[in-house]
Amino acid sequence: MSQQLLKEITQGQIKTDVPDMSSGDTVAVHAKIVEGGKERVQVFEGIVIKLQGGGISQTVTVRKIFQGVGVERTFLIHSPRVAKFVLKRKGAVRRARIYYFRSRSGKSARIREDRR
Amino acid sequence: MSSTVGLIGTKLGMTHVFDETGNSVPVTVIQAGPCPIVQIKKPDTDGYSALQVGFSPVPKHRVNKPQQGHFKKAGVHTTRRLVEFRLQSIEGFEVGSELTVGQFEAGQSVNVQGRQIGKGFMGATKRHHFGRGPMSHGSKSHRIPGSIGAGTTPGRVYKGVKMSGRKPNKVTTVKHIEIVKVDAERNLLLVKGSIPGSTGAQVKIVPVKLGGQP
Repeated sequence: MSQQLLKEITQGQIKTDVPDMSSGDTVAVHAKIVEGGKERVQVFEGIVIKLQGGGISQTVTVRKIFQGVGVERTFLIHSPRVAKFVLKRKGAVRRARIYYFRSRSGKSARIREDRR
Repeated sequence: MSSTVGLIGTKLGMTHVFDETGNSVPVTVIQAGPCPIVQIKKPDTDGYSALQVGFSPVPKHRVNKPQQGHFKKAGVHTTRRLVEFRLQSIEGFEVGSELTVGQFEAGQSVNVQGRQIGKGFMGATKRHHFGRGPMSHGSKSHRIPGSIGAGTTPGRVYKGVKMSGRKPNKVTTVKHIEIVKVDAERNLLLVKGSIPGSTGAQVKIVPVKLGGQP
């Protein structure tokens, strides 16, 4: 009963236009950042390492290699600070959380495309 | 004793919401009121002035006969609990009328009072978040508190040294917490941060009075 009410409270803030993401997918996250008093959109494109939580607290962790250094950012999916998610490519992986991917580089860091 | 009129509610649990700037704000949801005024206590008859309000409606047979008469006299529905708010002035209040979340507004500062979760007798590790010793390699200092002070000087243990002891389910007040949202339709209050007690616990919400004694 009370859990139901908690869901209803956050219902209005939950986005409905989020693509169906899963681990191994390549996504572009359009994050709003404030820079010098002005707001602009910064695109962070990488591979989804994990999805965590549910409801309004659901997060997605995206990993990319930037200037030879691995960078991971975690976004609150339903945050107004994230303008949109663009699904670039579906990846076929067997795990829900692909932590092993962090120790891979070069040829072994490829993910087969999920053509289903 | 609170000298402002507040509201009684039930803690429903925690979640978080996003504010206008997009920040994630942790909130506790409280189902508060409506609380019918059952009796107004006056200095000449009762020795002090206060509002007696009911909370949590129950069927009539759930309360005893004398209590039923008390509710009937006020012309309100029977409730599980009766709580008093001590006031300086009782003008403007009427027996039978209801206190609702309408008295609060978003951004306002309130104190929330409730019974904290009792944990019984706890060791120092759990009670004060002390670190524990090694669990193996011949160690015997698994969860001991360690030193409680120096030797000959001062030759005693200082008062207030953190040790093991009871964590009772006593009444605790969280002061100055912000109301994030008021949902008048569903009688809900969203307050920023955590409040005492478990989900389903009864809490008292009182506005913070500003500027010293009334």
